[in-house]
Amino acid sequence: MSTVAEKPTTELNEATVRFCGDSGDGMQLAGTQFTTTSALVGNDVATFPDFPAEIRAPRGTKAGVSGFQVHFSSNEIYTPGDVVDALVAMNPAAFVTNIGDLRDGGILIVNESGFDKKGLELAGLDGNPIEEVALHQLEQKYKVYKVDMTKLTRDAVKEFGMGVKEADRCRNFFAMGLVFWVYGRPLEPTLRFIEAKFGKKPEVAGANRAALMAGYNYGETVEAFDTQFHIPKAELKPGKYRSIMGNTALSWGLMTAAKLSEKRLFLGAYPITPASDILHELCKHKNFDIVTFQAEDEIAAMTATIGAAFAGAMSITASSGPGIALKGEAFGLAVIMELPMVVINVQRGGPSTGLPTKTEQSDLYQAVYGRNGECPMPVIAARSPGDCFEVAQEAWRLAVRYMTPVMLLTDGYIANGSEPWRIPQFADLPKIPVTHPEATDGSEQFLPYTRDERLARPWALPGTPGLEHRLGGLEKQDRTGNVSYDPENHQHMIDTRAAKVANIAEDIPLQTVDGPDEGDLLVMSWGGTYGSCLSATRLARKHGKSVAHAHLRYINPLPRNLAELMGRYKKVLMPELNSGQLRTIIRDKYLVDVIGFNKMQGRPFTVAELVEKISEVTG
Amino acid sequence: MSVEMSLPVLTDKDFASDQDVRWCPGCGDYSILAQMKKVMPTLGIPREKIVFISGIGCSSRFPYYMNTYGMHTIHGRAPAVATGLKTVQPDLMVWVITGDGDGLSIGGNHLMHCIRRNMDLNIVLFNNRIYGLTKGQYSPTSPLGKRTKSTPMGAIDNPLHPLSIAIGAEATFVARSIDTNIKHLGATLKRAAEHSGTSFIEVYQNCNVFNDGAWDYAKDRNTKADTTLELEHGKPLIFGKDRDKGIRLNGLEPEVVQLGKGITEDDLLFHDEKALEPSLAYLLSRMRYEDGFPEPIGVFRSVDAPRYDELVNDQIALATKEQGPGELDKLYGSGETWTVA
Repeated sequence: MSTVAEKPTTELNEATVRFCGDSGDGMQLAGTQFTTTSALVGNDVATFPDFPAEIRAPRGTKAGVSGFQVHFSSNEIYTPGDVVDALVAMNPAAFVTNIGDLRDGGILIVNESGFDKKGLELAGLDGNPIEEVALHQLEQKYKVYKVDMTKLTRDAVKEFGMGVKEADRCRNFFAMGLVFWVYGRPLEPTLRFIEAKFGKKPEVAGANRAALMAGYNYGETVEAFDTQFHIPKAELKPGKYRSIMGNTALSWGLMTAAKLSEKRLFLGAYPITPASDILHELCKHKNFDIVTFQAEDEIAAMTATIGAAFAGAMSITASSGPGIALKGEAFGLAVIMELPMVVINVQRGGPSTGLPTKTEQSDLYQAVYGRNGECPMPVIAARSPGDCFEVAQEAWRLAVRYMTPVMLLTDGYIANGSEPWRIPQFADLPKIPVTHPEATDGSEQFLPYTRDERLARPWALPGTPGLEHRLGGLEKQDRTGNVSYDPENHQHMIDTRAAKVANIAEDIPLQTVDGPDEGDLLVMSWGGTYGSCLSATRLARKHGKSVAHAHLRYINPLPRNLAELMGRYKKVLMPELNSGQLRTIIRDKYLVDVIGFNKMQGRPFTVAELVEKISEVTG
Repeated sequence: MSVEMSLPVLTDKDFASDQDVRWCPGCGDYSILAQMKKVMPTLGIPREKIVFISGIGCSSRFPYYMNTYGMHTIHGRAPAVATGLKTVQPDLMVWVITGDGDGLSIGGNHLMHCIRRNMDLNIVLFNNRIYGLTKGQYSPTSPLGKRTKSTPMGAIDNPLHPLSIAIGAEATFVARSIDTNIKHLGATLKRAAEHSGTSFIEVYQNCNVFNDGAWDYAKDRNTKADTTLELEHGKPLIFGKDRDKGIRLNGLEPEVVQLGKGITEDDLLFHDEKALEPSLAYLLSRMRYEDGFPEPIGVFRSVDAPRYDELVNDQIALATKEQGPGELDKLYGSGETWTVA
């Protein structure tokens, strides 16, 4: 092999690769490894894992296709890419469902042996798209590489004496190896991964290593692969980096907030996609004094969270739309008890069970309004995987400053996506001060519903002598917290709870924009659409458009300068992955005729469709 | 000079909050509240270490009347709220006050799971076999045929029996008492308080407005000796005004027998509250007045078992011992990292 002549290298600014195959083919692993490696060589990366809700949908069918897209670049990037430059398809079903996203002239690598009679039937294909006429047509559009990965992998792992089934499980490493060669990625990180993951099973580790090398060498050796691509390092802010997924960043942010406030961390949770990884992550770190409680249902998860908040913990619950709906009654209890806690909704497609593994922003009304009675809760939203770390701390900061449950929104796209994350120093992070009233001799009655200048009430903890008091879901009398049916008091308490949440607007930063301070168009976004909207507005400006971008972290209350800010642009456009929920709220609140751009397909916005909409609106 | 530190001597009055008690006059809840306040000072636990948690219903007003920490929460969820509180602060003594509707209907799931985890909580279920706060609908413990506002032609669903449910979930402490049998009630509450793990007590409680007399057979001075049976650990099951009747096992079925005529105490079933196998306790919970049995009162079962609230904190202690206290900077930098100069 050492005699093989060096192949020419083409330098690219960026590329997008998608691995797709059956959900049992290990495509998520291939994508994750490619992501880590690209980040390690200094590219900026953004990912989009896309998998079916069924753990094992019928093998080889379109329903069972699992994909992982990685966008890597020498520039800062904010999205996983609109179109794919290189597509790896392990079977016909994956080919059929993904080929539409491959750009003209892109690279198509197919596992030839997957395109057998059975595979074609399962994908509902009459003919073989990689044979004869069909192949010619494909080759008109793409650079097609037919690679018999099954056979090549089996040959590569022969010496480890595995059965056919086990040998075929190494195919994803062959595919990885090949794509690693195409984009000049080093194998070492993946070799380290194999050692760490399979080290205890030497034959599995050995076989995966052999398959990876075989794939890489195949690219290097076979003449058909005539060019290797090189994507130089991105110019990121100096510092130490790692790649991080949204749910991990969120979990670490919560752990950080607990330490910054010197609190025990309590998580009450019930398994639900795509929030379960928060439970998985936190239960691994018990040595950080974290109590994780997997409850019998969503309601118990939430009510236990309330009990833990009363006990004085940094108390959180994490779920997704359907689970949040079940917790709804208990949110009211948390609001009237005025106890601090954080409620996380990793949104997914709805209504009902909807699209559990697909992303959407359609729980905004639920977050802002979804409770009985006058029941205001602050709502904030994370914009990217790494941002989850900060937003988790911000949610807890607001919760304790204002003695209120806080709703934190992320979505499936952020939760499972990953990006490079500049590693902070714990000592540099601002503390989150929490105080509790101290013990008394009990000679004076403790008044749990007195208030400070922010209208927050004291957080007195069970176990403190002299502060014995009762909280409850019946309307509270001002100051004493006793049950009160007094009409004036009820109005006063509703007004006070509302004013308390509204006051948060005075405590949060003014809204800023990316782009000109005034102009033709302001694109406003919130949550996981940040990257697409930022990229689209920047691109539109390059095309000469007068457009700025404002991304909202704070949904309730909204930043206090928002009305003034919107007034500086001729038009306001609000792209959302729902039917226009925040747009409706903003129109209602400010009487501004915000234009909507709405998509509910379980997928993020592409930059191209946003740029097109911007052109349409600006004329 | 040594200073003797001791807890201040408290009385039942110290446990009364400043709130007016607002149950209907004559309600059985008053008696339970009075006994609870009497038991509290005997436990040697300071007021601030005690928390009462309830759901919704007449019984669930209870925490407002105790001068301890308390939470009046939402319908059926008190065991779950208590679970969160107790896991975070395991040194608190936590009472859950619930009723037949709150605990067995809307909150049945939480009750079952709380019991199987053996959370260290004392759960008192006030059973009046009716929905009182909503003014008289039938409850999950109302007997078949019961005519109420929501069952004008009679209830057609089989009732649940609270102790059978608790024992089915393998509760480690199960007892029954009666609101008007104040001595017995007080003693039973105290035993429940002293048990480590979930204590589950069913109290026959009279709703004199919507279901008056539901437990008369067990409370009537003239009949109660024949309709109830006071359980004592290690003693034969004997009852009756003249203590001349007993319970004997016939195969797997209990039967009522007359003592004498060749049947001695030794032929009877002996109570063993410490039996690890819960079948005996379950059998006792199935003895029903309508089937011709005296209904047992007292402690059905009292066994030791690991507690969730302890185990969860033990795991934290173990993880901390083995891995050392968590360091965030180490966590942030774990896995593959790279540096941009």
